Amino acid sequence: MHGGLDETLLRILTPTVIGILVRRGADFARAEDAVQDALLEAMRVWPDDPPRDPQGWLVTVAWRKFLDAARADTSRRHREVRVEGEPVPSPGEVVVDTLQLYFLCAHPSLTPASAVALTLRAVGGLTTRQIAQAYLVPEATMAQRISRAKRTISGVRFNQPGDVATVLRVLYLVFNEGYSGDVDLAEEAIRLTRQLAARTNHEEVAGLLALMLLHHARRPARTGADGRLVPLAEQNRSLWNTRLIAEGVDVLQAALARDRLGEFQAQAAIAALHADARTYEETDWVQIVEWYDELVRLTDSPVARLNRAVAVGEAYGPRAGLAALAELDPALPRHAAVAAYLHERDGDPMTAARLYAEAARSAPSLAERDHLTRQAARLNAQLRS
Amino acid sequence: MTKYLLLKHYRGAPPPVNDVPMDQWTPEELSAHVQYMRDFAARLETTGEFVDTQALTPDGTFVRYDGEGRPPVTDGPFAETKDLIAGWMVIDVETFERALELAAELSAAPGAGGKPIYEWLEVRPFLAAPATITE
Repeated sequence: MHGGLDETLLRILTPTVIGILVRRGADFARAEDAVQDALLEAMRVWPDDPPRDPQGWLVTVAWRKFLDAARADTSRRHREVRVEGEPVPSPGEVVVDTLQLYFLCAHPSLTPASAVALTLRAVGGLTTRQIAQAYLVPEATMAQRISRAKRTISGVRFNQPGDVATVLRVLYLVFNEGYSGDVDLAEEAIRLTRQLAARTNHEEVAGLLALMLLHHARRPARTGADGRLVPLAEQNRSLWNTRLIAEGVDVLQAALARDRLGEFQAQAAIAALHADARTYEETDWVQIVEWYDELVRLTDSPVARLNRAVAVGEAYGPRAGLAALAELDPALPRHAAVAAYLHERDGDPMTAARLYAEAARSAPSLAERDHLTRQAARLNAQLRS
Repeated sequence: MTKYLLLKHYRGAPPPVNDVPMDQWTPEELSAHVQYMRDFAARLETTGEFVDTQALTPDGTFVRYDGEGRPPVTDGPFAETKDLIAGWMVIDVETFERALELAAELSAAPGAGGKPIYEWLEVRPFLAAPATITE
């Protein structure tokens, strides 16, 4: 936090100001750098001297930074300064709006990590330092990742229509990253997806927004005070944010009404069914299985099949779940954890304990490993007594 | 992106192909080696994959709690300890294959005679933060 500085306002204005600079004739890479410099200056100056017109201030400062950098470049190359004064917009000029920035920053030629970093900076208005902190890498590394990304897309024209699916994948990655650093990436992903939903009329954008809202609503219940993972069955549902759940359900229903199902809508529907249950026992597992069937049909994702096996176990009994699991590759991440859960439900704590311990050894995160180890320990203690 | 630790051992790894102790290299060979490591780290920074690199001295001390109000007990260094870490580099890369590729490059750092050491490095993935959406 920076005293009285409204960082959210800066973030909202960032893509607009980049668009204005590009419309005035700046290329994207330089415009983006100039706006980043202007943001850093705003963070220094605004707390003591807030501007009356924040957007005008940012445009003026960013344009000056752009001209300075362009002049420095030009004099380095001993060439004529051509960017003096007011640039003349070319006829049929490309109108750069925020939506086009989303597409550009998620361009398919970028690696996922580069697209994430560039989106957070150019669309999200985060500083390089904030992004570096969130991803636990040095600031210099993140700066290089961003400038490489800008070089990669330097030949891409703004007015090329983009694919919404690539943008959604980037936003999903940002949301799923977790909560390290001083910027809450989950909230930032929601803000960017909300902003995208306001500018497009695409059912999967709404689907992803609903999915994020429904997961974010349950976040306070998902970890205990000591940082441990709390499984869905044991979560204190009074900690769920009912306002976010209601919003998520509304957004989802409007999307589903358009009858063009996609993977994010299907995932959001599953999340909505979980959020809708007052207790774990009241969960409508039969419907959840049906949504997983849709999700498998849409994505053919092994992760969806694995989660489906859990839902089948809840809806039709652990034997049915184990049968569904038997059709899947045991090498899948979390396969052993699902098997352990279903075997315990099936009354075989010995097998379950062994599988929980096995799952703990291959857990992808510390919190999950601790959780799985605790499950194994609980069953082993039970077996001893 | 996943972070990997590239771990360099004083002891405990299989012997390298070019197995001449550093104190028997020429000063020029030492400089070339150090320069190679610096260049490698600098290049990884430009590709946006560098996180950290550190070197450790060989002398480790084992220490443990010895009860309320008592000073910690220390022991070692143990000459017989099989595994002795010399240092590490942490990288942040898209794939496991990329981690292996970079580790192999690091293993090719020049040693005696200016030839690659072919040193064995251990590649260990970091445990990540739990994903938000898992169900």
